[in-house]
Amino acid sequence: MSDHGDFTFGHADPDRSDEVLTIPGTLTTKRPLGEWDEESLVLGIETSCDETSASVVRGGREILSNVIVSQTELHGEYGGIVPEIAARAHVEALTPAIGEALFRADLTFWDLDAIAATLGPGLIGSLLVGVAEAKSMAAVLEIPFVGVNHLEGHLYSNMLADEKAVFPALALIISGGHTMLIDCRGHGEYEILGGTIDDAAGEAFDKVARFLGLDYPGGPEIDRLSLLGDPTAVSFPRSMINEAGFDVSYSGLKTSVINHVRKLEAAGSEISIENIAASFQAAVVDIQVAKTMAAADHIAASRVLLCGGVAANSGLRSGLAGACSKAGIELFVPPMELCTDNAAMIAACGTAMLRRGIYMSLDAGPDPNLPLARGV
Amino acid sequence: MLVLGIETSTPQASVAIGSEQGVVASALVSRGATYNEFLLPAIRFCLEESGLGYRNLGGIAVSLGPGLFTGMRTGVATAKALAQTLSVPIVGLPSLDILAFEVRYSQKTICAVLDARRNEVFHAFYRPSPGGIQRMTDYRVERPENLAIGIASRPEEVLMVGNGALLYREMFQDLGSVAEISTMSHAFPNARAVVELALPRLYREEFDSLYDLRPLYLRRSAKKIQWDRIRGGRASL
Ligand SMILES: [Zn+2]
Repeated sequence: MSDHGDFTFGHADPDRSDEVLTIPGTLTTKRPLGEWDEESLVLGIETSCDETSASVVRGGREILSNVIVSQTELHGEYGGIVPEIAARAHVEALTPAIGEALFRADLTFWDLDAIAATLGPGLIGSLLVGVAEAKSMAAVLEIPFVGVNHLEGHLYSNMLADEKAVFPALALIISGGHTMLIDCRGHGEYEILGGTIDDAAGEAFDKVARFLGLDYPGGPEIDRLSLLGDPTAVSFPRSMINEAGFDVSYSGLKTSVINHVRKLEAAGSEISIENIAASFQAAVVDIQVAKTMAAADHIAASRVLLCGGVAANSGLRSGLAGACSKAGIELFVPPMELCTDNAAMIAACGTAMLRRGIYMSLDAGPDPNLPLARGV
Repeated sequence: MLVLGIETSTPQASVAIGSEQGVVASALVSRGATYNEFLLPAIRFCLEESGLGYRNLGGIAVSLGPGLFTGMRTGVATAKALAQTLSVPIVGLPSLDILAFEVRYSQKTICAVLDARRNEVFHAFYRPSPGGIQRMTDYRVERPENLAIGIASRPEEVLMVGNGALLYREMFQDLGSVAEISTMSHAFPNARAVVELALPRLYREEFDSLYDLRPLYLRRSAKKIQWDRIRGGRASL
């Protein structure tokens, strides 16, 4: 080691080296696994789709920083997410996002106890960027790297916002990519009760909005317009609402909206975008509230955790709030910055996994189809 | 100064650690593991076998491509994260420069050619210069037939290097004796050359910006090209 000539040493903090403790496996940690206390500092990284996010969370509960860089503008002109553009943008945005997350938390890399990053599901090119950076940092710092399931991460957004939002609970993850009802029995113990058999709810919102000529992303636009319209103006079908099970379908609803508008156009009738938006949103809310309440009843849930980007929808919030209060069920809805994809939820979920002794070796890779529960 | 070099822009991935006195450790793989599976374990192997730690590294050097998108991104993302965590400087180098650098003692004009898939090649021309090479053309992506015509029209002799030259060997050899095709030992850019090329830049403090460093794609994403065609053909590379 001494005969490699002159070399400059990195500016790493030399004070931390004697605290390193060896554990079985490929990684070393300053902290024995299973002792992830209230002070543990975890850097979370989320790059599964079109948000680049980095966050530091203390003790799996307290958000010290949560930096979110949205790519919405980059994808706007295509009316949807372009995977190659997303992957390129993550490479550029992630390094400054991590720098900013540490700066806002007033920490250095050497204060961290672990790095958590989204392993899947998501876009493979995007996931790769976050996983590569997270593993590199963990390797240098000699701390564990934990790969997190993005959907499981969403469940923890509720716990970050409200300490009463604990398992067991029924969770509804509803976003542009997912629509899923999950029986959460405990940390890492999930059963998927139902989901969409075609379009995710957010996807249906975006597609209908695009058809109506609204700006991307269309979900918030429909929500805004629907407050100005009459939700009973058009009676769109509520497919599968009376069927057994907890699955939903939004593709047929989307088609009915399109057919309805085309019929009006052909007849030369006046088209009220507000009424159509309101009627469409009312149909989605009716379907999703009915299935959620049926699932809550099925597992005798006392809590419902709402998460994912569509949790921001005012109709869904008020619809679920009304139904839950009638049924004596407590409803939790995280604030907006925790509804959308963010790294704080990944750090929180990663901390919970480390408490159960789960972490990954340095050859771990992303899985675009990572399942939330076994056998699904 | 000890520098870590990373080259993952082609089907052959490699890492190397070296100083101005030579390479102290290197690892290379051309099939099997993905870039993501290979990279960190390979770096750990190089560090451990040479009795070093990450804290001994004074700089990180990485190939920017052009090449395979996934490999370029994995390499650049890894290099950026290592440089950011260690707070050491980073240097990015084009894959074609790395390839040409390895045959810098040739008297001929050098044409570095990498397979770009989809019946295209990435290429650039270089002339040997004292102590290295000098690039004469832009980095380009085009069909090998067009490159063959371009080479045939040059007055001087050309040494072609890289897997693109080997893959379309017959097309280029139809030109007769003008183009010499280099051997398979120079088929891919190598991390050892990344280290060697980066060292002078690190000593001159010609670092890249950690926040601005990005892969050299040359190609726009397929969807964007398609979109521009639909809207009236603003497409360009
Ligand atoms: Zn999500």
